[in-house]
Amino acid sequence: MPREERVPREEREEGAGASPGRAGAGDASGGVPAYVQADTYELTVNGTRRAVEDAWLGESLLFVLRERLGLSGSKNACEQGECGSCSVLLDGVVVCACLVLGVDAIGSRVETVEGLSAAGDVADIQAALVDAGGVQCGFCTPGFVVAVHDLLRRVPGADEMAVREALSGNLCRCTGYGRILEAVRDVQRSRAGSDGGHGAGA
Amino acid sequence: MPVARVAVPTTVDEAVQALRETPGAQLLAGGTDFCVEVNFGLRRPPAVVALRRVRELRRYEVTPASVVIGAGTTYADMGGPELSSVLPALAAAARTVGSPQIRNAGTLGGNVATASPAGDTLPLLTALDARVRLRGPSGGRTVALGEVVTGVKTTSIAPDEVVVEVVLDRRPGPQQFLKVGTRNAMVIAIASAAVVVDLEAHDVRVALGSVAPVPVRAAAAEAHIADAIDWRAAGGPRASAAALARFAELVADAASPITDHRSTSEYRRRAVQVIARRALERCVARAA
Repeated sequence: MPREERVPREEREEGAGASPGRAGAGDASGGVPAYVQADTYELTVNGTRRAVEDAWLGESLLFVLRERLGLSGSKNACEQGECGSCSVLLDGVVVCACLVLGVDAIGSRVETVEGLSAAGDVADIQAALVDAGGVQCGFCTPGFVVAVHDLLRRVPGADEMAVREALSGNLCRCTGYGRILEAVRDVQRSRAGSDGGHGAGA
Repeated sequence: MPVARVAVPTTVDEAVQALRETPGAQLLAGGTDFCVEVNFGLRRPPAVVALRRVRELRRYEVTPASVVIGAGTTYADMGGPELSSVLPALAAAARTVGSPQIRNAGTLGGNVATASPAGDTLPLLTALDARVRLRGPSGGRTVALGEVVTGVKTTSIAPDEVVVEVVLDRRPGPQQFLKVGTRNAMVIAIASAAVVVDLEAHDVRVALGSVAPVPVRAAAAEAHIADAIDWRAAGGPRASAAALARFAELVADAASPITDHRSTSEYRRRAVQVIARRALERCVARAA
């Protein structure tokens, strides 16, 4: 089991945001580039600093999350950015973890589907997907959960077209998407309701 | 010994230095092409120079005459409000790339340096005679895009050079980008076209993608339609149906498409003239 260490809040905030952030592998100065050469490095995943050990530097972030850190929520299907099953947030931006080099995430904030709800809890998006029948084999579900989370955080009242565009990079071969879209509407409705009825005009 | 070190420079000069220090190193921007090749075991360079932390590559600058776009600008940024207001066809092209996940990662510099015939930003860049600023160990140089992209996925960029930015002249008038694929999302272009109309110079620029080894201008079509348009018509420039039909024919003549796993030569030649004409008709009205 990899060593875990909580990152203080201030440090989390510093590493946050859409900016590329600084390299955790040693800050460059005087025009000398920093290198990662060791097979052991640290990533910040779901607010926790995690040691990646015995890694090959060519491994994708997806491989590192699943095989080095035991976070198997992000799924591995196409390995070429086509299916969205490995969607994660990197510095707050949704990307395919299979197209990020693990070491390139050093110094950045990685959020996976495991980080979207407190341990043991189910996020409202996950519950809505289950209730609406948007989960059949379930393989694509974590990627959809991350993509929907990203969309509704930015655009709570996203209309049908915006939802479809936001989910266009997530493939589901079971549901035909209708029930997934229904689940998104359900989340929008219930969040708007709990906010006092404004905000999510889906 | 593949990928034995990964450089994480924070400036362009450091990136150039890293390329010099590690011969054979691969530059990594958004990773949407390179990481696929690594995942599939097709590429195992000795080292990687990762550009994510080079903030100066993420800048873009809009002046009255030109737009300078840092190579690290993502498709999502190109499709955003600021750049889409000055380069609507570039924004349109960027919004056709992959998915939100891909558009958040892939970059303009990566599109140029990868030099795929289907590179979605390249037709508009070609139509606008884009200049590419490169930096290497002996300093910077500015090269026309047509001299950078030399063939299918080949460029004149030296192994120790970094694409820094792309310079585009602003043109007063409408511009359009259209693309044909099997879906409206997550699709590599079967054919694409960019049309730029200059209402002051009275010229039309047309560039085509995915129908030749490199993006091509349809020069004869451009000359024909610039001549045929009534630039001073009340309500804006317009062209006759016959002139538009001839334009489409000349566009098809400029294409030299191949048949491959995505489409046939015949379909590409047909599709590219349809979308080029449609793009033009969205810029210039058809005369009654």
